[in-house]
This record gives sequence, C-alpha cells and structure tokens, in this order.
Amino acid sequence: MKLDFSGLESSAPLYGGPNELLCDGFSAAPSFDLPVTSDFDGFQKNSIQMVKPAKGTTTLAFIFKEGVMVAADSRASMGGYISSQSVKKIIEINPYMLGTMAGGAADCQFWHRNLGIKCRLHELANKRRISVTGASKLLANILYSYRGMGLSVGTMIAGWDEKGPGLYYVDSEGGRLKGTKFSVGSGSPYAYGVLDSGYKYDLTIDEAAELARRAIYHATFRDGASGGVASVYHVGPTGWTKLSGDDVGELHYSYYPVEPAVVEQEMTEAVAA
Amino acid sequence: MECVFGMVGKGFALVVADSSAVNSILVHKSNEDKIMVLDSHKLMGASGEAGDRAQFTEYVQKNVSLYHYRNGIPLTTKAAANFMRGELATALRKNPYMVNIVLAGYDKETGPSLYFIDYIATLHKVDKAAFGYGSYFALSMMDRHYHPDMTVDEAIKLADQCIEEIRSRLVVAPQNFIIKIVDQDGAREHSWRRTTKD
Repeated sequence: MKLDFSGLESSAPLYGGPNELLCDGFSAAPSFDLPVTSDFDGFQKNSIQMVKPAKGTTTLAFIFKEGVMVAADSRASMGGYISSQSVKKIIEINPYMLGTMAGGAADCQFWHRNLGIKCRLHELANKRRISVTGASKLLANILYSYRGMGLSVGTMIAGWDEKGPGLYYVDSEGGRLKGTKFSVGSGSPYAYGVLDSGYKYDLTIDEAAELARRAIYHATFRDGASGGVASVYHVGPTGWTKLSGDDVGELHYSYYPVEPAVVEQEMTEAVAA
Repeated sequence: MECVFGMVGKGFALVVADSSAVNSILVHKSNEDKIMVLDSHKLMGASGEAGDRAQFTEYVQKNVSLYHYRNGIPLTTKAAANFMRGELATALRKNPYMVNIVLAGYDKETGPSLYFIDYIATLHKVDKAAFGYGSYFALSMMDRHYHPDMTVDEAIKLADQCIEEIRSRLVVAPQNFIIKIVDQDGAREHSWRRTTKD
C-alpha cells in the first residue's frame, strides 16, 4: 500500500521521468512503503502498545527491625514475548543504597547510574554520605522535570543512613512516597497479598528473606510478565548484601513437591507362553 | 477519590483531608499527610496528581518562608492565597499544575479565613470548601448544618458527619482521614480518623 503524495509534487519537474540518473533527490516525490494491512490505524496503535514499557515486573521492599529487605524477579517482556529471564532489576547505587527497576529498563538503569554519580558528588562536596531522603528527592526532582515526555520509571530507593533504614517509592509521574512497605510492577497486587499477611516488624533476617522470596514467587506464579529468578537483598547498617537468587520454577517444586502417585495394583509381565 | 474539605468557625479554621496515596487499583500508603503547614498560622490541604501536589506545595512553602526572611514579617493568608493563584495562573497555559488547594489561615487583624483555589487558578474566599468526589457529599452536608461562628466541637462533629457520609456512600472511599486546625495559637494537627492501621 503506497500513500499518494502526487499532490506534493512540484508542477514542473526539471528532468523527465525515464532519465532517473540525472534526477537529484529533491525533485523526486517523497514516498515510503507502508506495511500491508487492512487496518493501518489499528496496526499503528498495536505497535505503539507493544513498544510501550508496561512495567511488567514484580519488585518489593520493606523495612523491618534488622533493616530493609529488597526483592525482585528477573523477567523482561515485550508484549507477549519474553526477551530475557535474567535481568538485574536491583541496581546497586552505592554500597549502602539500592534501587529497584520497574518500567523502562534503559530509563531505570540510566537514571539510577546518574543518581549514583550525584550521590558521590554530594559526598565529596559535603564530606558526609547523602541520606536516603536526599537521594530520593534528587531522583524525584529529575523525573518530575521530565514529566509528560515518556519516561517510564517505577522505582524504590532503599538504604541505611544516619537515621536508620529508609525506603522511598519514586515514579516517573513525579510522585515520591515515604513508607515501610512497597511493591511495584504488574505483579505487585499479588505480592502485596502475601507480603501484607506475613509482615511483622520483628522478623529475623532469614524470616524476612523467606517472606520476600515467597511474595515474589507467588507474584511470578500468577503474573505472566514476571518470572525468572527471585533475587533477595538485605540492607543493613554496614551496607547491602545479596542473600539469594532462586529460580522460581525450582521454588515452586520446593514449596509444592510432587506427591508420588499411590499405586494400588501393579501390573506384572505376563509369562511368555 | 481524594477528598479535601474545610470550614471556618469562631476564631479558627479547620481542614480535613484523606490520607491515601493511590496508583490505579493499588493503595500504596494510607497515612500520607496531604495538609501542609505553610507557616505558623497557615494550613494548605492539597489534592491532585502526585508529583504536582508535592512539588507545588513545597514551592509555595519555601517562597512564603523566603518572604518572611527577607521582610521580617509573614505574609497574610490573603496574600499567600493570591501568590498561589498567580503561580498557578502563570503555569496554566504552559505547564499546568494539576492541584486543588484549600488554604486556611489565621491573621491577628482579620481572624480566621478559608480560600478555595482550584487547578485552573480560580480563587474564592469562602466559609466552607470541598474538593474531590467527597465534595459531592461534604458540600451539601456543610450547606445544611453549617452556621457562622461554630465552636471547635461543633465543627469537628460536622467534619465527622461528612467523613461518615463519604465512607458510607462513596464507592471507593479513602480509609483514613487527617484533621488539622489553625487558630490564634497556631497551625497544628488535630486528630486522625482511621479504619486501617498503617
């Protein structure tokens, strides 16, 4: 299907049609091939939807007695296609602060790296570490200034500073929320269900890690856009450590082992006559 | 689904706001404080888009402080309201702030006052104001039961009636509300009305 641009042609072409070698590019009528579809508008809408990052992920973080627990899945999807099962969605901003990735991967990686640079510059200029409040405010102001321009970032900044553990939710619409428990992404409602029912402030590190892992697992079970590996990180007074990274398929069988079928009668080989 | 409303009483002004931070179907937080204390005798309840609300209210607060530092005296409530309206109007045709504001203040000379400022820079000095879906219920409740020079107890009772009505009639009603009051002793938090602990 070719669009008709004949109306845009200049009235007196300088060179005749068959003499194409002598034509310079400017006098030829502009045209381009369009895909062969019956419904071009629908096709255009669908292709934009496919490329638009839909925050297909599950990330969560919560504050408890021993610090902050941060967990995420590792699947990247483009519409119905799983483009990767091993994406690092927990970004290490500096040794005592973590950021989570939901939305456009490039946007999150770039702006978290940029935030890391700004935090280091703050440390050098002020001879003290930046607080989690300050770091999240820096990121929120940057994202606010790009509002409406198509950035897609849904991130949590988790860290430990002089005031203790800190957790902020920052997104590309410019919102910034301080809280003790957040989950972001398409799988977040599923994760919230498990997280809210199992959460207590007085969890031990192992119990909290298991709660985080379980919440990610349940979200990946129900949400098609989440899967891969459930990574769990802990942020304590001395910085962050990676606690575990378990494939959610294997987690499924460890939580719900396959019962061997009970056999009532076994068939035996008939003796050959 | 955000609700902010306020009213003027005898020697005080009251602002009530919900405290939910919502993203499509998810409630991220139900104890978000949306009533900013602008200075010692001014309260600003704001509702609207997440980033705009925080950024605009903080911008106004810092500018009000700056005026105070530069000139040695604080702005009156009327002056602060007009400043806010001017900022919203200037930004309206370029980069509009989607925030609705109820400004309550107490001035020594003029007493308590309440201002209704919406996102297209409308400014009205009023006795009672409300924004959001909750306004459909709160405004008529206040029109019926409000009278000038109410005491604090009467005003709190009316605010509670409005909250009850919003809770029972609004399909996705906010869980918790915060009440702040400003009078000659200053602006302060009065109380919360909770259904969930967060």
